[in-house]
Amino acid sequence: MVRFEDVWLKYSTRPGTPGHDVLRGISFEIPDGGFRWLTGPSGAGKTSLLKLIYLAEHPARGFIDILGTRAAHISRREAALLRRRIGVVYQDFRLLPQLSAYDNVALPMRLAHRGETQINADVTEILRWVGLEDRLNARPDELSGGAQQRIAIARAVVARPKLLVADEPTGNLDDEQAQRLMLLITALNRLGTTVIIATHNMALVERYPAPRLRIEAGRMVQNG
Amino acid sequence: MAKRDDLGLREALSDRLLPMLVAAMSFLAALGLAGTLASASLAHAWQNEASATLTIQVPQPDDPGATGKTTRLAAVQAALAQMPGVENPRLMSQDEENKLLAPWLGEDATQLGLDLPSVISARWAGASSPDALGQSLGKVAPGTLVDAGAIWAARVAALTGSLQDCAAVVLLIVAAVAAAVVAVAARAGLAQRRDTITIVHGLGALDGDIAARFSSRATVLVAAGAAGGTIAALPVLAWLAALAAPFAGTGIQPGGGGLFNLPLPLWGTLPILPLAAAGIGWVTSQITVRRWLRGLP
Ligand SMILES: Nc1ncnc2c1ncn2[C@@H]1O[C@H](COP(=O)(O)OP(=O)(O)OP(=O)(O)O)[C@@H](O)[C@H]1O
Ligand SMILES: [Mg+2]
Repeated sequence: MVRFEDVWLKYSTRPGTPGHDVLRGISFEIPDGGFRWLTGPSGAGKTSLLKLIYLAEHPARGFIDILGTRAAHISRREAALLRRRIGVVYQDFRLLPQLSAYDNVALPMRLAHRGETQINADVTEILRWVGLEDRLNARPDELSGGAQQRIAIARAVVARPKLLVADEPTGNLDDEQAQRLMLLITALNRLGTTVIIATHNMALVERYPAPRLRIEAGRMVQNG
Repeated sequence: MAKRDDLGLREALSDRLLPMLVAAMSFLAALGLAGTLASASLAHAWQNEASATLTIQVPQPDDPGATGKTTRLAAVQAALAQMPGVENPRLMSQDEENKLLAPWLGEDATQLGLDLPSVISARWAGASSPDALGQSLGKVAPGTLVDAGAIWAARVAALTGSLQDCAAVVLLIVAAVAAAVVAVAARAGLAQRRDTITIVHGLGALDGDIAARFSSRATVLVAAGAAGGTIAALPVLAWLAALAAPFAGTGIQPGGGGLFNLPLPLWGTLPILPLAAAGIGWVTSQITVRRWLRGLP
């Protein structure tokens, strides 16, 4: 479950200077196993909202509950362990440039101390799913933008997270790849993973109907 | 965790600059350590000898003494035999005198044709200071010098004490500088790997996991550098030991013996340097990295 109650977010660009409110009084709830589209114009605050979910920012005000844990009052260790249960596809991918595609995808499993046999099986399978089984040893900079995005998606889902947060995951994919990705995500969702996807791709939203959270200028304007 | 570069942090610390700086530090530390031990053992040797030793120099020993009946030397010997507190007065042979003067004048001081005094050594068992002794002997043979070791013992103790303090301060400074060097290297490594660390942190790496990558690498690099620096210091230490040997009364020939000149306690303590450096490297990098990580959400 993900629950926001009257959440405000400020970025202070410089310490001491008051930042402006990027999110203003956001409230919503996604039940376990739920699926939400997050839409809104560029600069509305979609990435900012997702950052609060995957614990990369702290709210200025409000209450946030992630997978049954109250985000405000957890230790650094608890936060790290909670992050391992959340798969994130970043808008800018964030692959490690010095690691191969395989090792990038293996990262979350290695952090969770899984055995190499299981890692090998799962990483190979998920890379086959995203159609990159023949690029295991390629470094990110040897791959196209679309291939990098698929690596990022594979890394987000390989450890079977309880919650999947995807920020514009189809931005660099062609239609067929986007379809394939949605197949993967809906399969995960059916297996119980809670999903929230921020996107500008309204065609995709139309094709996979699900409740929408729409924000404009930091305010929630549609919920459902 | 796995030994491979699973978090992409293997090359996170410069593998050349850090060991080289630490090697230089360890070189200095080895000298400081040797200084501490050397002054301690010199102090020990000299104090034992000096505290109870009387050295009486009789210039022109063969001239007639004040009474005119005997030589000055014989007169002084006779007087010494009568005096309470003076034990085992003994005229030094030419050989012994040579040995005593060797550090100052070379091997064959007595052959140089200098007008050397005769030297009588004795033990002072009196309770008070032997100052009065010089006056009474001066009456028998004017110009006789009494060198009371007790005074020297006190001076030597003061001198070696302050030498040891200096050496300890040197060691402390070297340790502090080494810690600073490790901290700077760790910070440089963190800055260089900021993106990687941020990503790995976002994926749920514990602060301890990330700090461990840096620390294990820092520890290895620092220990290697320290071992190198300590080994590089050995020839210099051997050379210094050879120089000091005649004064320490260890009977080692100057210039001979090489590394065997190094005293046993030094061999025992030098290996501590790389270990101590490794400890400093581990602790410092842990503190630096964990502090830096607190800047991440
Ligand atoms: N780290 C930051 N520091 C300061 N301001 C920020 C920061 N990140 C985002 N902002 C500002 O917050 C607002 C919302 O940004 P955000 O990235 O959340 O928008 P978005 O809805 O994800 O846009 P897009 O659709 O283009 O990805 C923008 O005005 C942006 O300039
Ligand atoms: Mg965005």
